[in-house]
Amino acid sequence: MAAGSSQDITTDLLVIGGGIHGCSAALNAALRGMRVVVFEKDTVARHASGVNAGGVRKLGRHVAEIPLSLHSMSIWNRIADFLDDDCGFQPAPQIKIAETEDELDTLRERVAELNGLGYTHEVILDRKTMRGYLPAVAEHCVGALASLQDGFAQPYQTTFAFQRKGIEKGVRFLENTPVDRVFKTGKDWKVVAGGQTFTGRFVLNCAGAWGGEIARQIGDHAPVSAYAPMMIVTERVRPFCDAVVGATGRPLSFKQMPNGTVVIGGGRPGIPDPATNRTHMQMAQLRHSAQTAIDIFPIMRGAQIVRSWAGIEGLMPDGIPVIGPALHAEGAFHSFGFSAHGFQLGPGVGDIVAELIATGRTQAPIAPFSVGRFSQVSTKPNEELS
Amino acid sequence: MFKRIKATETPRVSFSFEGQPIEASTGDTVASALMLSGQTHFRNTPISQSERGPFCMMGVCFECLVEIDGIPNRQACMIPVREGMVVRRQKGAIGVETE
Amino acid sequence: MKACDLAIIGAGPAGMAAATEAANAGLSVIVLDEQPAPGGQIYRAIETVPEERRKILGPDYAHGAGIAQAFRNCGATYIPEATVWNINPDLSIDYSRHGGSAQVSAKHLLIATGAVERPTPLPGWTLPGVTTAGALQILLKAHGGVGDDVVLVGSGPLLYLLAQQMIAAGKPPKAIVETIDRERYIKAARHLPRALAGFGYLRKGLSMMRQIRQAGVPRFSGAHDIRIEGVHRAEAVVFSVGGKAHRIETTSVALHQGVVPNQQATRLLGCDHAWNESQRCFVPKLDVFLESSIENVFVAGDGAGIAGAKSAAMRGRLAALRVAQKLGHSNGADIRALQADLKRDEAVRPFLEALYAPSRDILQPADETIVCRCEEVTAGAIRRAVDLGAPGPNQVKSFLRSGMGPCQGRMCGLAVSAIIAERRKEEPEAIGYYRLRPPLKPLLLSELAQLEPEATRSEPL
Repeated sequence: MAAGSSQDITTDLLVIGGGIHGCSAALNAALRGMRVVVFEKDTVARHASGVNAGGVRKLGRHVAEIPLSLHSMSIWNRIADFLDDDCGFQPAPQIKIAETEDELDTLRERVAELNGLGYTHEVILDRKTMRGYLPAVAEHCVGALASLQDGFAQPYQTTFAFQRKGIEKGVRFLENTPVDRVFKTGKDWKVVAGGQTFTGRFVLNCAGAWGGEIARQIGDHAPVSAYAPMMIVTERVRPFCDAVVGATGRPLSFKQMPNGTVVIGGGRPGIPDPATNRTHMQMAQLRHSAQTAIDIFPIMRGAQIVRSWAGIEGLMPDGIPVIGPALHAEGAFHSFGFSAHGFQLGPGVGDIVAELIATGRTQAPIAPFSVGRFSQVSTKPNEELS
Repeated sequence: MFKRIKATETPRVSFSFEGQPIEASTGDTVASALMLSGQTHFRNTPISQSERGPFCMMGVCFECLVEIDGIPNRQACMIPVREGMVVRRQKGAIGVETE
Repeated sequence: MKACDLAIIGAGPAGMAAATEAANAGLSVIVLDEQPAPGGQIYRAIETVPEERRKILGPDYAHGAGIAQAFRNCGATYIPEATVWNINPDLSIDYSRHGGSAQVSAKHLLIATGAVERPTPLPGWTLPGVTTAGALQILLKAHGGVGDDVVLVGSGPLLYLLAQQMIAAGKPPKAIVETIDRERYIKAARHLPRALAGFGYLRKGLSMMRQIRQAGVPRFSGAHDIRIEGVHRAEAVVFSVGGKAHRIETTSVALHQGVVPNQQATRLLGCDHAWNESQRCFVPKLDVFLESSIENVFVAGDGAGIAGAKSAAMRGRLAALRVAQKLGHSNGADIRALQADLKRDEAVRPFLEALYAPSRDILQPADETIVCRCEEVTAGAIRRAVDLGAPGPNQVKSFLRSGMGPCQGRMCGLAVSAIIAERRKEEPEAIGYYRLRPPLKPLLLSELAQLEPEATRSEPL
């Protein structure tokens, strides 16, 4: 690094966390003319952003997330032009299977609710239409809920592409650089990392599962916990499924990649250890994911698992992220705690947060994601130590 | 060409590879029996369909994958021969659709 | 679930000797091994090899019979044909046997999974008919098979041992193409004084060389730009020596550039590893009793760093004695003597490592050479990913799928780390290695689905 440790480095925006949200917000802020530094304690996309299941899904979103998801989708649909990298993005239907009539009724209620709110992207597939999309689905499946213009992408490739485009636009990435301290002096924010102090008008917390501590230093209470959804990938098998499939009555996320491998996830958690960056698999739990995949696609019985893994996600108690300004300190913002479904939101929320920081406002309805929805114990940001 | 040092007196085992009869000795693995019968091409890769044969003979390289009695992905170098086995080349990605 | 004081993965010299020592000390021991009979690769088929073949393979091989017999009689629970596919942090172990999975749990674990051949990426190395030298030795040991036009290519004592055994079997290799040159002998010579402590090894080496010379096997030293030609299978080896091009027709090419620790299990557990520059590979960090950075996890045999079969057995005994001591079954009296013996046995290693260092051709393969055999990823593709900004093997893997095929990175891991290190001008230690995840070997989805949940800690150990 050019500057000595005693020297301050001054910039506009200090982003903490090099996942898809940090990288996307940093790029969007740079596109708005800001000078940006991103601090990543490991390497970009090391955790949830690099190893998630890659679903680009509007289907089944919390209603508050739908506008954000729709905005994000509009960026996904032109992602190759935006980032000069196709991110492995493939448009594909997302289909949530009903295994019983009761489950199908629940799905019908969901569609009615969304239609009432003016959303039409989720539709019911009857048994025959569902089988048209999924010829290999098990006989007992009765129908499905679908969002036909969704897709999937390569998570590491995508986050890496955001980083590269960011660098091209002048964003400075400091990898393997954990943030030791965040505090406010006057109107400015300071980040101490890698033996240096960085000064910026704004700080953005995109620290995922590690976002709670950063929020605390900013002066907010955000009860985020580490969560490690387990996933499986098989060897290459001949193409038989080109939709992303979930289930209604039990956790499942299932898709065949264009290279033939099948990725099976669905939220059964392993054991995260955020202090060491490791996650431990729980095979006694993961077996249920294997069973569900075989129940819904019986032809998967003969496929071989090549690898299983779990990334570290930040989970909020109510399952939706924290997005927006800090409650108690001006110039600080949050965008973390995406609770294992933040990948699709990355492009859109990064744009919204950058707009919010650069202009002080956004049209996007982000009020439901305020950190203020959690009871606040701390009300004072870290101040400079005297 | 690989040959046995000495035609040993161990009992013979026969099985088939791509429909051809193969004579083996007890104690052979599927890979050793095929190599000693002059076979080199065990599988095609799922990517370029290029031809592959045994490389490590100790269960590490997964180049000798064959289909045995209808089950794909068997490591030929790890599986002892059995009378009447039906062995086929594994051609590219396995098909899970043919149940 | 079966529980024990010490679980051992691998029944080669280290695993067998450790099991014998531990069982004799009164420990309950379970040995899991993938092969149907004990011996590992070095003593493969040791219990059933016919007399004439035993003679061909020589006295060092025959020495394994006593180790195997002692192991059979020691009272350890031996589970052959068991493929370990997961090791949990509590040292419970999932393994697959005959199509179903079961578990054992252990207070201590000894990883004795030995060595694998160093990846040798060069043009044409994926053609049928190209094998490792170890593969041809296994064909000879276990199945009495030998080729009639084999060309041995590379560097390392195994090439000469295999040549000697082939000569004894009446089928000398057609040629030996060596990647080491005269300069290397000079570099290695400075290690000779220390190596003299291992005089027995040097004497055996000279004897092998003599037999190869007497058999009239052509040797080419200092070969480079090696490639294997062929369409559907190997047809010829092509190489240069001192500006002169050579082409040798053959249907069987055996490659060798030394062996390296099999890191799969130690990486899965998250043991710390260090880069060993002399051996050009990663070695788990171990204390003087062979305990890894993870408490109660030990590593013995070549997996602890390449030292050969004799050292492997000694290391196995050392680890077993240490576990017995920790459990109060032994006062550890023999430990010091074993450590001294080990030091003596390993004295020859720096000389061998300097002499038979891997060739630059395979450490830095040409751009068009396939490095990841399973996913057909070339050295050039890896370099391009590095140039884009991918900092290490895990990002390259995410980007290119290298290491994501059925061999799970076994055949390319070291080569990928070395290529990235060279491109980034960093040390391999800083670049690191693939993060390994279960299953350790590919596992049927249906086998995972049928995994019986077993009470892990309710039973007394």
